[in-house]
Amino acid sequence: MNAEPVEMLLNMGPQHPSTHGVFRMVLWVDGEKIVDVEPHIGYLHRGSEKLCEGEQYHQIITLFDRMDYVANFNNELVYCQAVEKLMGLAVPERAEYVRVILCELNRIASHLLYVGTIGLDAGAMTPTMFAFRGRERIQSLFEAISGARMMHNYFRIGGVKEDLPDNFEQMISDLLPQLKEDVEESDRILTFNEIFLIRLKDVGGISAEEAIDFGFTGPCLRGCGVEYDVRKAQPYSVYDRFDFDIPVGLDGDCWDRHWVRIQEMYESLKIIEQALQQIPGGEVVSSLGRRLIRPPAGEVYVRAENPRGELGVHLISNGTDRPYRLKVRPPSFCNLSAIKRLLAESWIADSVVILGSLDIVLGEVDR
Amino acid sequence: MLNSVKGMMLTLASTFQGLKKPVTREYPKQPTPVQPRFMGFPALTWDSGVGEPFCTGCMVCIRNCPTQCMSASMMDNPLNEEGQSHRRKIVDYFEINLNRCILCGICVEVCNFDAIVMSHEHEMSTYERNGDRVALPGLLDIGKKYQQETAWIPPTVLAKAKKDAEDAAKAAAAEAAEPAAATQEAD
Ligand code: SF4
Ligand code: SF4
Repeated sequence: MNAEPVEMLLNMGPQHPSTHGVFRMVLWVDGEKIVDVEPHIGYLHRGSEKLCEGEQYHQIITLFDRMDYVANFNNELVYCQAVEKLMGLAVPERAEYVRVILCELNRIASHLLYVGTIGLDAGAMTPTMFAFRGRERIQSLFEAISGARMMHNYFRIGGVKEDLPDNFEQMISDLLPQLKEDVEESDRILTFNEIFLIRLKDVGGISAEEAIDFGFTGPCLRGCGVEYDVRKAQPYSVYDRFDFDIPVGLDGDCWDRHWVRIQEMYESLKIIEQALQQIPGGEVVSSLGRRLIRPPAGEVYVRAENPRGELGVHLISNGTDRPYRLKVRPPSFCNLSAIKRLLAESWIADSVVILGSLDIVLGEVDR
Repeated sequence: MLNSVKGMMLTLASTFQGLKKPVTREYPKQPTPVQPRFMGFPALTWDSGVGEPFCTGCMVCIRNCPTQCMSASMMDNPLNEEGQSHRRKIVDYFEINLNRCILCGICVEVCNFDAIVMSHEHEMSTYERNGDRVALPGLLDIGKKYQQETAWIPPTVLAKAKKDAEDAAKAAAAEAAEPAAATQEAD
């Protein structure tokens, strides 16, 4: 009997450990080759943008914590900056530095989580443990500063909630050398590992032009060799005062994206060290920020560099104590939009690695 | 090949290290210590000087809660009529649905009476859906435990003490400068 070769349909997710949340992919496969893929998102949709319209300005910070739940501080920062810009509110110098230090620490924590999961996706268990140990250290520091490990609600419109704790200097000087070790370790254990290289090199490549067309930002875009970082291209907060490099990749494949993230952690450590030297004393929240927040009618668009890419917030106010509309431009969503192009003609086994190298957070994709 | 062996060596080395000195904690048996600023479930504080809660039931926290998980009502304070308390109104009924609370700490920030704190309580799983709807006595119990554990001082008292100290320092500095000026004038 002769059987006709047929395409098989393979459903991956939404409850699949390597889809990084609740993401569903329907793969049409021909043997081991992927012919077509249909992504399904929306399993984690909580209507955050709509919820924002019903909350007062200072309550929305809690919602932003829960959008990209791996980079909470970075998310809070973008929202606070949007409202500050609309109100023309000046933030005390010290608060800006505190924000930068916390955001960069959060970037390292987020990239460490990525290192752990890409290790798992490529079939290595050990890096996860190493990376999570480093991330745990950062989160203990966050707990000491803001009172919560993940949902901090620490940034305020016009500053931060309260000053750093008294023993902060001690804590951070303990943490930084350890963190450097952790980053180096996760770099050493994974980046140039033979098996890891074979799994990631020349897999899921994308050219710079295509990446720009898809709206790639962050490490995914820099992996293609485009030197674009909002921190340099349009410096916000006090980022223009620090000296750091933008690591860029060459071919835009999975390994380049990985390498860019690893190098970014070193750059973040540099920024933190400089910020700790420059940090001035004084107030941490402007007195205007403590009152009822009622920005004038108008609209702003503010963007910032998140660990995953460029997060934009478009805020429209009609002069009341709640926003009229708040639109979020999530980096993960734009990066994920290329999944169809990246997975076409690749192997089933590579699909997990390619998805992992995009480093998506479904809380942000679905909002 | 060589790389893989090197990788294995690293794994083995950390395994031995871990066996010698474990870095993990056996969590439920060994409770994890929390940081002083840790935000657990919100709880109400007890004014032991008077013997009543700090809370006046003013509902500011309820209006500011992003999840609308609290409710309260206010009554005339019987102790005030007897002249023992300066609070004219006092909380009558208070409830927080702790399952719904997102531990954001906004209620603590907006309260003007030091009446609510983020306690260090965080292990409160129950078997029923509404098992974590805690009313006034329960909240006060958590609050009392927290006050005892951390030797809690009302934040406004702390802030006032700090301000007084600063004012005193300023006054002392001004005084030190003044006699000098006075002697100059006399010359
Ligand atoms: S806890 Fe504070 S804000 Fe809330 S009702 Fe009581 S006194 Fe008012
Ligand atoms: S911590 Fe936040 S969510 Fe919980 S009761 Fe207070 S204001 Fe409401």
